[in-house]
Amino acid sequence: MATELQSRAQPSPLPAAAAGGIVVENVSRAYRGSRGEAVPALADVSVRAARGELVAVVGPSGCGKTTLLELVCRLQSPDSGWIASAPAALMAQRDMLLPWFDAVENAALALRIAGHPRSRARERASALFGELGLEGFQRARPSELSGGMRQRVAFLRTLLSGKEVLCLDEPFGALDAITRGEMQQWLARALQREPRTVLLVTHDVEEAALLADRLVVLSGRPGRVTAELEADIPRPRSATDAAVLALRQRALRSLALSARAEGALA
Amino acid sequence: MIRARAARALPPTLLLCALLGAWELYVQASQTSAFVLPAPHSVAAALWDNAGLLAGNLAPTAIEVGLGIAAALVLGFVLAVGVHLSPLLRRAVYPLAVGSQAVPIAVIAPLLVFWWGFGIVPKLAVIVLICFFPVLVTTVDGLMASDPEQLKLLRTLDASRWQAFRFAELPAALPAAISGARIALTIAVIGAYIAESQTATTSGHPGLGREINADLTALQTPRAYAAAFVLFAFAIACFYSLALAERWLAPWAAHPRERGAGA
Repeated sequence: MATELQSRAQPSPLPAAAAGGIVVENVSRAYRGSRGEAVPALADVSVRAARGELVAVVGPSGCGKTTLLELVCRLQSPDSGWIASAPAALMAQRDMLLPWFDAVENAALALRIAGHPRSRARERASALFGELGLEGFQRARPSELSGGMRQRVAFLRTLLSGKEVLCLDEPFGALDAITRGEMQQWLARALQREPRTVLLVTHDVEEAALLADRLVVLSGRPGRVTAELEADIPRPRSATDAAVLALRQRALRSLALSARAEGALA
Repeated sequence: MIRARAARALPPTLLLCALLGAWELYVQASQTSAFVLPAPHSVAAALWDNAGLLAGNLAPTAIEVGLGIAAALVLGFVLAVGVHLSPLLRRAVYPLAVGSQAVPIAVIAPLLVFWWGFGIVPKLAVIVLICFFPVLVTTVDGLMASDPEQLKLLRTLDASRWQAFRFAELPAALPAAISGARIALTIAVIGAYIAESQTATTSGHPGLGREINADLTALQTPRAYAAAFVLFAFAIACFYSLALAERWLAPWAAHPRERGAGA
């Protein structure tokens, strides 16, 4: 199925630019509404992420953030524009753990799909459980885990896919503030150790400022890029760093500006 | 543990006693002939007096049900998977499968006997014909009902069609398939009766279905009722043993349904 999808993707003029990263160029995408009318989700959006870069996409709900991630993961095709990306793994908003497998089996799903023997795949996934605060829950079924734990298992599954590009859709949205902070720090450390290209969709501006190399601000439906902010802040960062706070303020101002512009249009 | 089990057996036992009591009263009050409706006490007596005969006849019927249901489960399941994976097969097979349920067994029984003689094979054919259908329908529905988001996830992880089937669709369909199997198992018992009625047998213990028909013809109505009671108890035992199998095959289905948390 994957190969079929690959071959359906357009012959992109930008593969070289994307090497290990993501190039989204002038992409528009609309859905069919209930009465057959076209409902635009993304309008002329361009986003680039260089290899090893973490780009955060922030915007109000309904701005087509999820659509953008599904386009990069080739789950959808754009109506117009170009997309090139290294193989990408998606962590969706819902954790999508399979209820018939235990936690380790879920985390190891990509390894099983890649053809690793079951015991080896479980071993590799299980070894990472401690680091995510999941030690002892290897054999728990998803229904026996808390929301935060489920989210972490889903995150582990995405990491273990071994793909160069990670598309994270509100990965920590369901977590309490304390766990969310811990997970953000853990993600930052993990990416420093083993760099990946990350497209992080979030409506948490603080999270974006804390993690991202660059912030892309989208307007409300249909999503358009209204601002791009460089986050040239040394790591490790803390939510209380002056530079992080300043970036957060700038991002909030851009969001407010685009919201006001929309209000003026309406 | 034992107390809890006894407490659970109480309601059906009470209901059964009440029904038997009402039946006994009705027969006594209405003076209905024993040829038409024997009283429970005479059925119980027939059961006691003919225990050996009935047990001997239960054996071939139980074997027919066991082998027939096994074949029907395999056929129903394989057809369901085929129908699910191939739209062509779906269009070709589904209408015929539905139509097969309307074919009166009496029409094809002579052919079955002509092909396979007086042994167990034509009886199995009848049971399979009757029982594959609920398995087919429930399994197809279960496979269709798998979560599209889960399939999406598997696609991003480069799962092949087969892997998507194995990791997501098949386990998702299993509880529905088992429900189908329970329906099939229950009607397999009446299927065995139909099979025995329609296809002749030469062996000494021809099965409970034959026994019932012979008793009815010979006006041994209480013994026919006793044989029917054995079928009744056998069907209940089959149904609940499969419920145990479900707990082992699809333990996640016993929990409240999983739909993925968070938003």
